[in-house]
Amino acid sequence: MTNDFEPIIVGFLCNWCSYEGADAAGRARQCYPSNLRVIRVMCSGRVDPQFVFQAFKQGADGVLILGCHPGDCHYKDGNRQALKRYTLIKSMLDAFGIEQDRLRLDWISAAEQEKFVQVVSEMTERVRQLGPLMPRANPLKKLDSNRSTRIENDMRFLQRKHKKISTKARKIESTK
Amino acid sequence: MAHKPKIALYWCSSCGGCEESVVDLAEDILAVAEAAEIVFWPVALDAKYDDVARLDDGAITATLINGAIRLDEHVSMARLLRKKSRLLFAHGSCAHLGGVVGLGNFFTNEEILNRVYCDVPTVNNPDRVLPRPETRQGTTVLKLTGLHDMVRSLHQVVDVDYTIPGCPPPPALVKEAVMMVLEDRLPPKGSIVADTRALCYTCPRKETRPEMLEVPSFKRVYEIEWDPEQCFLNQGVVCMGPVTRGGCMAQCIQANMPCRGCFGPVDNVRDQGAKSASLLASLMESTDEEQLKKIVETIPDPGGLFYRYSLASSIMKGRVRRRP
Repeated sequence: MTNDFEPIIVGFLCNWCSYEGADAAGRARQCYPSNLRVIRVMCSGRVDPQFVFQAFKQGADGVLILGCHPGDCHYKDGNRQALKRYTLIKSMLDAFGIEQDRLRLDWISAAEQEKFVQVVSEMTERVRQLGPLMPRANPLKKLDSNRSTRIENDMRFLQRKHKKISTKARKIESTK
Repeated sequence: MAHKPKIALYWCSSCGGCEESVVDLAEDILAVAEAAEIVFWPVALDAKYDDVARLDDGAITATLINGAIRLDEHVSMARLLRKKSRLLFAHGSCAHLGGVVGLGNFFTNEEILNRVYCDVPTVNNPDRVLPRPETRQGTTVLKLTGLHDMVRSLHQVVDVDYTIPGCPPPPALVKEAVMMVLEDRLPPKGSIVADTRALCYTCPRKETRPEMLEVPSFKRVYEIEWDPEQCFLNQGVVCMGPVTRGGCMAQCIQANMPCRGCFGPVDNVRDQGAKSASLLASLMESTDEEQLKKIVETIPDPGGLFYRYSLASSIMKGRVRRRP
């Protein structure tokens, strides 16, 4: 088995619970694998199945969706919608030759830093065992940059927004 | 006679249904033949590839190509016709999205060839002879065109001007596309000759859709006797109407069959299959994980169902490969 393989895990973390939980882990100087690439979303219910496939397509070896515990959602039932989608996406993965363990949904509250560390570590280890994923390329492709897709834009938008918020937060932090 | 616009039609990996949609123009095809000269149409006319190659670049006014791209021959013909035509139309779901043949991307070539040439019960091939690019017999070498390791839509191979969606496209849309060229009222490049909104907007059953749709389990069409007036989704039958482009005059719905999604995704949606998953997930009537799993199990082949027409042009494009 490829033990020196470092998997890339894309994590969609809800703004209100799981991102806070990850933050708490950081503040408490907890160690967790650096394989996780975090994308902050307002709610786990925002995670469109297209995001999951786009992540796999762009080189993620595993995708993690983290949201508030059922009943705790900031938007009442966004995380329940996430659970429904997750169950259905999972059933589609086999056809694509993607092992089901490469996708995981879990609930992490703002106070559950230990659970965050544990989930990320478990996920990284599991995906490390499964090995790398290689989606189909399209070498014949010639044109079509103008059909730049909405979903890629969506993800870019989220990443930009995320960067902006973090820079702003750092600035406020440093002026204190 | 000399200024008659020239039209060409070609088929790649397709079933012939799109050719049928042209033949279904019936008497209207005479009007087309009157106004334009059909220079190349392998299904109906005797013309050779060389005849096309001899034409000047851009000599053909419009070419309609149907079928997905999966052989070297398809690629060279698509490129040749692109060079010779001013306008190129992707005709039908296979050229538009990869179509049903695109589902081949869920398998490897090896699996497909073994299945088709050896393992199908009606095939008797004890020596397991498979088609090969080159076969030597004595001094003669027989050559076959190369099979690609994935199915592609026309857009992924050449620049396409317009798309006529559908499996097969309704003759009215084919006529509209041809008339659009003949009457010189072309929409912006890249347009799809159909509605921009989902099928549900034009569905004759849209009034029967309740405010809140909730489905306790999905049913396949042979499992129930459904009400011919009611919204399909409300009866638990999977209908792709909400995630599919309209413009088909709801023909399937009017024939009392649910939408299968052949017109492809609406504007703003990249991946029709993922969007279908999103749609059906939101309808599932439960929030309990075990219960949800049971509902999901009522869809036997979710990948094949959601990506019936659009796998080759989806985000993943097919089964992943293992790194060696």
